[in-house]
Amino acid sequence: MSALTLYLPLDSAAVALGADELGDALVREADKRKLDLTIVRTGSRGMHWLEPLVEVEKDGKRVGYGPVDESDAASLLEAVTGDGKHEKSVGVVEEIAFLKNQTRLIFGRCGVIDPVSVEDYEKHGGNAGLDKALKMDSAAICEEVFESGLRGRGGAGFPAGIKWRTVAGAEADQKYIVVNADEGDSGTFADRMIMEGDPFTLIQGMTIAGIAVGATEGYIYLRSEYPVAARVLNDAIANARKAGLLGDNVRGSGKAFDIEVFIGAGAYICGEETSLLNSLEGKRGEVRSKPPLPALEGLFGKPTLVHNVISLCSVPAILEKGAAFYRDYGMGTSTGTMPFQIAGNVKHGGLYETAFGLKLRELVEDIGGGTFNGRPVRAVQIGGPLGAYLPPRLFDLEMDYETMAANGAGVGHGGIVIYDDSVNLLEQARYAFEFCVEESCGKCTPCRVGSVRGVETMDRIRDDIDHGKNVDVLQDLCELMVDGSLCAMGGMTPIPVQSAVKHFPEDFGIKPAKQAAE
Amino acid sequence: MTLASIIEPYVGKTGGLITALHAVQKERGFLPEDIEAVAAEVFNLTRAEVRGVISFYHDFKRAPQGETVVRVCAAEACQAAGGRALVADIEKAFALKMGETSASKDLTLEPVYCLGLCSCAPAAMVGDRLVARADTDKIAKTVEKTKKERVS
Ligand SMILES: Cc1cc2nc3c(=O)[nH]c(=O)nc-3n(C[C@H](O)[C@H](O)[C@H](O)COP(=O)(O)O)c2cc1C
Ligand code: SF4
Ligand code: FES
Repeated sequence: MSALTLYLPLDSAAVALGADELGDALVREADKRKLDLTIVRTGSRGMHWLEPLVEVEKDGKRVGYGPVDESDAASLLEAVTGDGKHEKSVGVVEEIAFLKNQTRLIFGRCGVIDPVSVEDYEKHGGNAGLDKALKMDSAAICEEVFESGLRGRGGAGFPAGIKWRTVAGAEADQKYIVVNADEGDSGTFADRMIMEGDPFTLIQGMTIAGIAVGATEGYIYLRSEYPVAARVLNDAIANARKAGLLGDNVRGSGKAFDIEVFIGAGAYICGEETSLLNSLEGKRGEVRSKPPLPALEGLFGKPTLVHNVISLCSVPAILEKGAAFYRDYGMGTSTGTMPFQIAGNVKHGGLYETAFGLKLRELVEDIGGGTFNGRPVRAVQIGGPLGAYLPPRLFDLEMDYETMAANGAGVGHGGIVIYDDSVNLLEQARYAFEFCVEESCGKCTPCRVGSVRGVETMDRIRDDIDHGKNVDVLQDLCELMVDGSLCAMGGMTPIPVQSAVKHFPEDFGIKPAKQAAE
Repeated sequence: MTLASIIEPYVGKTGGLITALHAVQKERGFLPEDIEAVAAEVFNLTRAEVRGVISFYHDFKRAPQGETVVRVCAAEACQAAGGRALVADIEKAFALKMGETSASKDLTLEPVYCLGLCSCAPAAMVGDRLVARADTDKIAKTVEKTKKERVS
């Protein structure tokens, strides 16, 4: 029997597009041909329009075929065991412009390796950051992260190094690392992809953080909508323990660190860090008032370093290559790389990791290729449900923290949702309030009640009932929510609403004001 | 298994009550009437505290669900890719509104807010099967498939 190895993603997006059925069909067809087939399930390369993307190694390079489905199984096997020619061939995968032009400091191994194999991970350079960190004293690790300029990727963009110093400096019998893997923002899937495709990088980032701040226990708070990620993480953690990467004696250093996965129960607000901590304690996910900061009084009242998945996955590269190397990517105070996620009505949807500073237009038009259905782009929403809607005339803005903030928008978790010209921004603004009604934790009135009033007001504007008055009511309501909400759920819901009104007044029956203000 | 024996292993675990409720739901399909009393007893909490936790989270169901639960994404990226029309179409095809269970208890329709499949939207989940670039036909076929699997 001749032997053949194929690489097929286990990533949720690939599975949702038929990867499991394809895998079964490939096995059936291989049996028929007496072919000794090994299928290695990998993460996704992030070119989701090509999923399921099957890869095979040829002359030391991986060549791909996609999107392939069950019905292609037989012809695909003929091709890869023959001259390689197939109508779904995409050639050498790493030569595809979408992938080739990226800077993958975080996602380099995603889609390449078997995500739960420690051996494969180390063959591809894994754990180099941890090995360096284990030779440093903990203060030096914190300084390296501080010097890198890394800012939190969960949305708020707070400098990571400051948080590390705070937790490191706190005196306590127990400290915790808590990973925010609640990824509730529509249009985002970077956390999911790295957890499914390269979980050891998260494990490594968490371990480095634990050693740096003096925490021996880590939790990954994972949303329940991600069953594939849960399975891969648990397998990876078990294998990491076996390989001595976790446990009482991490890599023989005498230092202890271990990780547990906790599954949430469906609540967007549990992505807010204090709500998350309550939920992780088994309680209602109500938001806590700050202070105290979680860095000083977090999980069970102990000093806790809460970070987004991607923040921690950026750490291994910073340790391995050094703060100066990392800081060289990006612009201004937006250092390093960001995995942007291009979603919605898009032709080439997927994950694009690059240094900060790319223009929005490049991401939407050049890289994303515009809309899936070929209609003109009319709007994008950046940074999830609490992010701004922007029109094409602002697409020359650069994607970095400062530029976005200066234009009433935010990078958030890096999600970009593209809409064609059939979108009605009043309906989108109404949805922002609806979502807030659905997901508010209920603790403060401006958020709980204001969002309900917001939906009603939107309906009146749409139905042209006391139009002028209700437009004013809407603005007052937004101000009230901004000023009176305890957290950004209520405090930022006005961002999608007001950006929609500002940039698309015609959808609200408002005569466009002079654009001179922009 | 009794309710108490399902949840006991989670006492003393971080976030144990929530994990225990997931376990009960997995075993029974929903959280039965007496869960409040039993969980309160086992976790040494008040019934009001347990009720407060259950009511906070979308995942926890107080009533039996349909044999197949179809969750259709109602969030922005899916809206941008025809999700609103998909929701309307699905409601028509199954003669159910979002949040409803059919009289025969074979199907529940439910909204979900993002499945992380936003780059190949619209998205849905049928039982534990993910569906991307979803349309009514694809979802209906997946429902049939899960039904068949249950029979065999
Ligand atoms: C309503 C709301 C939802 C949030 N959801 C998430 C989330 O899903 N994932 C995340 O990492 N951060 C989320 N955040 C931000 C967290 O509160 C917190 O800033 C973050 O976990 C800190 O990690 P970082 O410094 O690595 O970004 C959310 C915040 C708010 C107000
Ligand atoms: S703003 Fe909304 S979500 Fe945030 S604490 Fe207040 S009620 Fe809860
Ligand atoms: S918005 Fe529907 S899957 Fe993300």
